[in-house]
Amino acid sequence: MESILEIQGLTKTYPGGLTALDAVDLDVRRGEIFALLGPNGAGKTTLIGAVCGMVRPTGGSIRAFGLDMARDWRRARARIGLVPQELGFDILESVERSVRFSRGLAGLAPDPRKIESILRSLSLWDKRDAQIRMLSGGMKRRMLIAKALAHDPELIFLDEPTAGVDVELRRDMWRLIGGLREQGTTIILTTHYIEEAEEMADRVGVIDKGRILLVEDKDTLMARMGSKEAVFTLSEPLHALPPDLPGLSLSLGEAGRSLCYRGSGADADGELAELVQALVARGIRFSALDIHESTLEDIFVDLVENGG
Amino acid sequence: MSGVVSFNWRGAWAIYNQELSRAWRTFFQTILSPVLTTSLYFIVFGAAIGGRINEVDGISYAAFIVPGLLILTLLSETTTNASFGIYMPRFTGSIYELLSAPVGVAETLIGFVGAAATKSLIISAIIMVTARFFVDYSLAHPILAVGIIMLVAAAFALFGFILGIWADGFERLQIIPLLVLTPLTFLGGTFYSIDMLPELWRSIALVNPIVYLVNGLRWCFYGKSDVSIGVSLGLTALFLAVCIGIVAWIFRTGWKLRS
Repeated sequence: MESILEIQGLTKTYPGGLTALDAVDLDVRRGEIFALLGPNGAGKTTLIGAVCGMVRPTGGSIRAFGLDMARDWRRARARIGLVPQELGFDILESVERSVRFSRGLAGLAPDPRKIESILRSLSLWDKRDAQIRMLSGGMKRRMLIAKALAHDPELIFLDEPTAGVDVELRRDMWRLIGGLREQGTTIILTTHYIEEAEEMADRVGVIDKGRILLVEDKDTLMARMGSKEAVFTLSEPLHALPPDLPGLSLSLGEAGRSLCYRGSGADADGELAELVQALVARGIRFSALDIHESTLEDIFVDLVENGG
Repeated sequence: MSGVVSFNWRGAWAIYNQELSRAWRTFFQTILSPVLTTSLYFIVFGAAIGGRINEVDGISYAAFIVPGLLILTLLSETTTNASFGIYMPRFTGSIYELLSAPVGVAETLIGFVGAAATKSLIISAIIMVTARFFVDYSLAHPILAVGIIMLVAAAFALFGFILGIWADGFERLQIIPLLVLTPLTFLGGTFYSIDMLPELWRSIALVNPIVYLVNGLRWCFYGKSDVSIGVSLGLTALFLAVCIGIVAWIFRTGWKLRS
């Protein structure tokens, strides 16, 4: 698939010696939702800043839409939208004027119908004449998105878009981001909410201490690195594991009242089915079965703790 | 899709428009306040005290101080407007939008500095009209006067822009206008001719750059001044060039703007 953003050897070392980005290589494909995960201070925002022009890289190259961001930055930036992590506005400006300003900055003529459509899609149209300071926290966050969408960007960065918003609004945001993807917009998302990445991302990148630890298709990653744990509550206690059960990772719980299976990767489902059949065939009855699959969060924690 | 390639006119216009809109929003602070302050100067120094002072260089004292008061307001308002214009986005965090937009140093300057200079020209025009109610002054070289006002407005808008980037807080933002510009303007021949000073103080006064601005504009009004118009114009243009150089350096290095 065509790359929309190609980053090679991107490095940012601050004058004090802190290396925020350490030779980062990253390719983002057109039309995908790419989730960049990492703990606080991992380099996510610095990476976005370097692409968008707020951070001056000390090494490496960035190409967006095939354009060198160091040379063709005007043309490239005109096609990029940014939703920053912090709420930063001229709070005395009205909603509509603020979005119109963003569109103008990108070099586009005013388009009242376009602005109306953006504000309506974000449920801000009724507030178009209100000063931004009068908006609720959730509305202000939607306002940031409206400003970022004002110039129809092909690539949009969402830096922690749902930080500090309530569950309902977070779901609204997810729907909105999904809608953008359907329209063909490429989305790069950083988030603390791993479930957000799990819900929406096509691919996931994990960054820590300025280094990319992993970039992979989300489903492949979860299938490859995800684990499955199944606990059978036994009707009759077992004193020992039956010796003739297939060579699975099994253990007995306290007083032999439960049997625990642990598997990982793509084979886990098949192994579990095989185990259930084996137990039934051997007359080992169970009264309950509790299955737990690891989440992207478990995988993320594991990756970061073990340094990839 | 945007057609931005080498220069983003719409981006510059958006900044310019936004800044003028901010001035309109804060109409009292931006427009009315300087006009009221200047009117008070005319009432106190022009009408009340000025009536008891002899003519200066054959010009009534009230008329003599008009160019100086214009420069006083112009410097203070232009510097403050431009510094707040760029400092506020830094303070609120909305600077991200400028830094990530397809606008470069030229568009940013045309937007911010152009807007600050426009506000100053509007204020100057209002002050000159207001002055008419108190003083009967003449304008010997109107086109040159407009030229000098524009030059000074542009130079101090750039100066204010630099201050707005340099400042790390509101106190710092106001230190230079309050503690440097205002005293220099008061001591720069706004209310007197430096020829009235003893020789030593006259020599010291000539080191004050504001003397050249006030006298340049005074020459445009009355065809008379303490220093030559050529020197005034040259020094103002030099100050403008230095400010452009500093701003260009700020954008090239990203000083206090980009990390």
